[in-house]
Order: sequence, then structure tokens, then C-alpha cells
Amino acid sequence: MDFVSFLIQTLNAVQYGLLLFLVASGLTLIFGIMGVINLAHGSFYMIGAYLAFALVAQTGNLFTALLLGIPLAALLGALLEWALFRHLYKRNHLEQVLLTYGLILVFEELRSLALGDDVHGVAVPAIFSASIKLSDTLSYPVYRLVISAVCVLLAIGLYILIHRTRIGMMIRAGNHDRDMVEALGIDINRIYLVVFALGVTLAAFAGMIAAPVSSVFPGMGNQVLILSFVIVVIGGIGSVWGALVAALVIGFADTFGKVLVPDYAGLAVYLVMAAVLLWRPEGIFKS
Amino acid sequence: MSASFNTFLKLLVLALVLAFPFVGSAFYTELVAKGLILAIFAMSLDLLVGVTGLVSFGHAAYFGVAAYVLALLTPKYQAANLWLSLPVAVLVAGLVALLVGFFVLRTRGIYFIMVTLAFAQMAYYIFHDTDLGGGSDGIYVNFKPSAAIAGWTPFDLDQPKALYFFILVCALAVYGGLRRLKESSFGSILQGIRDNESRMLAMGYATYRYKLAAFAVAGALAGVAGYLYGALYGFVTPEYLSWHQSGNVLLMVILGGMGNFGGAVAGAFAFVAMQEFFAAWTKHWQLLMGAVIVGAVLFLPGGISALPARLKRKPRESADE
Repeated sequence: MDFVSFLIQTLNAVQYGLLLFLVASGLTLIFGIMGVINLAHGSFYMIGAYLAFALVAQTGNLFTALLLGIPLAALLGALLEWALFRHLYKRNHLEQVLLTYGLILVFEELRSLALGDDVHGVAVPAIFSASIKLSDTLSYPVYRLVISAVCVLLAIGLYILIHRTRIGMMIRAGNHDRDMVEALGIDINRIYLVVFALGVTLAAFAGMIAAPVSSVFPGMGNQVLILSFVIVVIGGIGSVWGALVAALVIGFADTFGKVLVPDYAGLAVYLVMAAVLLWRPEGIFKS
Repeated sequence: MSASFNTFLKLLVLALVLAFPFVGSAFYTELVAKGLILAIFAMSLDLLVGVTGLVSFGHAAYFGVAAYVLALLTPKYQAANLWLSLPVAVLVAGLVALLVGFFVLRTRGIYFIMVTLAFAQMAYYIFHDTDLGGGSDGIYVNFKPSAAIAGWTPFDLDQPKALYFFILVCALAVYGGLRRLKESSFGSILQGIRDNESRMLAMGYATYRYKLAAFAVAGALAGVAGYLYGALYGFVTPEYLSWHQSGNVLLMVILGGMGNFGGAVAGAFAFVAMQEFFAAWTKHWQLLMGAVIVGAVLFLPGGISALPARLKRKPRESADE
């Protein structure tokens, strides 16, 4: 592999890893704070991508689609927390798995009813449609760099939110000791609502901005969900920082796996996970 | 439910499945056979979920691996020998479970759920991405296994009735075996681990080894189901190992009620019936299935088999948990 293709694959790996981070960070926060295992989290990624497709088809512009889609996703998250997930916090993991598995089926079929089962594409926004020339034959699309930049900004924003704000302090406290937080007079249910809506929005947003680079297809959420699980396992439950590091590791394992050993690319990620399990069964950054 | 009523119910079910191939159509006989196979699959998972308290979300891997062993052992123009291929398939499924268990049992709780899923997904990709078993298209099992022993053939699995009764015998053997296993001292230790693992450790039991043994046995029994499923339908695809399959079998166990194997059987048949009923009604049957699952978790803790007791205990209240 020459230097230019190595550079391209590295950029791809970082972009993919950061995108996965957006999904996994919400997942790990929901695990860490509410103790809920949410299989339907990948569906939010799928819903985001289809929202982007449907809204771009209506408005003709990805930015307008994002502007409309983000509040919709937040609303969906708040609604689900209020209607369903709120009743799951005290239930055992088995029931959480089952209910959220049922939700996946519901979301996939609703998507099928509303928009069909076809594979779709979403156009890259015109101002980011250029490519940077890296050599005579190879170039790199600007839009992928934009995705990476946006994800980095969101990661920084998430860090500030959790470590530098009042609500972040409550989230961290809730992660640590739910009962004590309640005893101090903080409405833990409101924190749960905010965290859940935030997680859903992040996953859906990842789906929206990913729509122009990956096609929009049924079942796209499942693949992302399982990779997010691997990321959470490697990073340690509840650790956003761990999720970031693990997401980049998985991004590299998956991207370079596909280039170097195409037949066994699906395995690379899981071998990394198995190795981490042997080394540290509770994740690298157990909080 | 009184003990005599329970026995009566079991005998009734047994009489029904014994008589079914003689009264039901070929289509429904195959459907009941499918229910029996899924019952074996669900019972094997119940050993982990209900008895040992291990929520595995990757149980389809062992089901699928055994089905692939049958497909790969069946030559293109002739049948595989039942007495060779069945034990090999079950053994391979058990060994894969032993290997996976070695890793996943290092984790607990939510981690365990995610990691079992991830390893099952890894197995899925092996069959999906490589040419080992025909890739994503799957592979045909052109001939049903032959039961010939040294030139003598006691029964012919090409006959739907013979296949049906062979499956029924397997299901009864698995049910009986698991019931005995649960009552044995090994089973008591597994239940002790489910209820309080720290206490079992303090009492000097190497719980990891017991859990690993249970995981391997459950994988091997899932292999029995996968082998029979491949033989019944003559076709094996990577979807046999998919996480939908893992989710569905978990659903059967919970739907029926955990820990007594009878519930898993009820759950498996309820699942097959629901699937047929919804699919006959609409092509979007998964929507109804999903809604039933969500509703069952919210309003029906304990599963179908807990329903009579719940109704008896509080006839006027419902869904307050």
C-alpha cells in the first residue's frame, strides 16, 4: 500500500470511527446512567438516515433536512423515554432486551410502510461536493472531512456538556449514585429524559450526515448497533472517553480489515474485542 | 396449577403431537415439526437463561453452525449418514459454544448480553462473507440424512411422518434430559449460581467452570435443533445464525416462562402460531410481532405459563407491575 492510499484509508477509518462514536456515546450514556440496554439504538441511526432521505426529497437541501430532522429526533427520543423506557429502568436486563428487540421490529416495519424497502442515495450538499486531489489518480471527497470535523466538534461539545456544565454535573452524579442524586432534590427523571433524548438525537444525527456517503438501506441500523456494542464493551460502560477511543480503534480495524483481508473483514472487529476481553473484561476505561 | 392438572396437560399435549401427522395435512405436520425443533432450541436456551441466569443473545450461532455441519457433511449426490452426521454436528456446536463461552463468561450482566451477540455476529460473518458454506446465498442439503446402519435402514427420513417422529423423539429426549439435569446436583449448582453467584463462590464452587459446562451443553442442544432444522427444510443460510434468530428464541423462552422447559416449549409453539397467523394476514407481520413483544413485556411479566397463576391471584387487577 503506497502512502496516498494509506492516507485515504486512514482518513476513512477516522471518519467511520467518529461516526460510530456518535451512536456509541449515546448508547454508553444510557447504559451508564439509566442501566438500560437499548437494542433499538441502531434503529435511531436508520431513522436518521431515512429522515435525511425523505426530508432532502421534500426540501432539496441537506441543511434544511438537518434543521428539521434534529428536533424531530429529539422529540422522538423524549416521547419514547416518556412512553416506554421510563418503565424499563427498574426491570431486569432480560425484559429490556426483549422490549427493545420488539421496538426494532416495529421501527423497521414502520419504515417499510412509510418509505418502502428500496435502497436510496442522498446527494452530497453542493458546497461540499468537491474533492481534494492527492495524486494523479486519487482524490479525497471534502464531505468526508466535513463529517469528521463535525463529529470532532460534537465530541468536544459533549465533553464540555458533561464536564463543565450544571446539567453535566447532574448526569455524572446520576451515573455514580442515583439514590443520592434524588436525595439531594434533583429531579432524576428529568435528567433521564434529557440523556435519552440526547442519545437518540446523536444517533439519528449520525445517520443523517452519513446518508450522503453510505447508501440508505433497510437494516442499516443493525450493523451500526452491533459495532456500537463492541465499542461500548471495549471502552467500558458509561465512559464517553472510552467510547471515543474504542470507536476509533474499531474504525481502523474495520476499514483496514476490508482493505487487507477482504474475505475476513467482518471478523477483524470481533477479534479486537476478544483480545480486549481477555485483557480487561470490563473494558479499557471502566468508569 | 395443581400437579394432577399439570400432568393431564402434558399428556394431552403428548397425545396431540403423537396423533397430529395422522389427522393434520402435510403443511401443518411440517409446521408442527418446525414448532418441535424450535422447542428444542428454546429449551436449550432456557438452560442458560432460566436455570443458570445467563442471558445469551447469541444462541443462534450454535443452531446455525450445526445446520452448516449437516450441509457440509452431505455429499452432493447422496445422503449423509444420520448416525455419524448428527453426533458430529452436535459435537461441533458444543465445541464452538465452549470456545465462545471461554471468552464471554468472563463478563457479566449487560456486557454478557452484548458480547454473546457480538460473537454470534462474528460466526454469522464467517458464513456470510466466505465461501465456506455458499456465502450469503446459503447452501442446499439435497438429501435428508439416511438412518442406515450396516445396510439395514430402520426408518426413512424422506418420509415426512418418519422425520416428524424422529424430531418428536429428539424433542422428548431433550425435554427429559434437561428436566433430569435440572434436578441433578449439577442443576442445583447452576440454580444456585443464578440466585447468588457470590454465595456459590464462597461455598467453594468454581462457578466459572459450571457456567462454562452449562454454556457448552446448551450450545450442543441448540445444535440438535439446528441439525434437524437443516434436515427438515433442506436448506441452510447465514440467517440461521442471525441475531433475529437469537432474538426470536429468547422471545420464545420469555414468552413461555423461564426455568421449567415446559414454558419454552409453549413459547416456541406460540411463536410459530403467531408468525403463521400474522404472516397470513399482512406482509408487515413483523410490526404486529414487535407490538406483541412490547406489550408482553409491559403487561405480562412471567410469560404465558405464569398467566393462570396471575389470573387466579388477582382476578380484578392487571398490568400493575
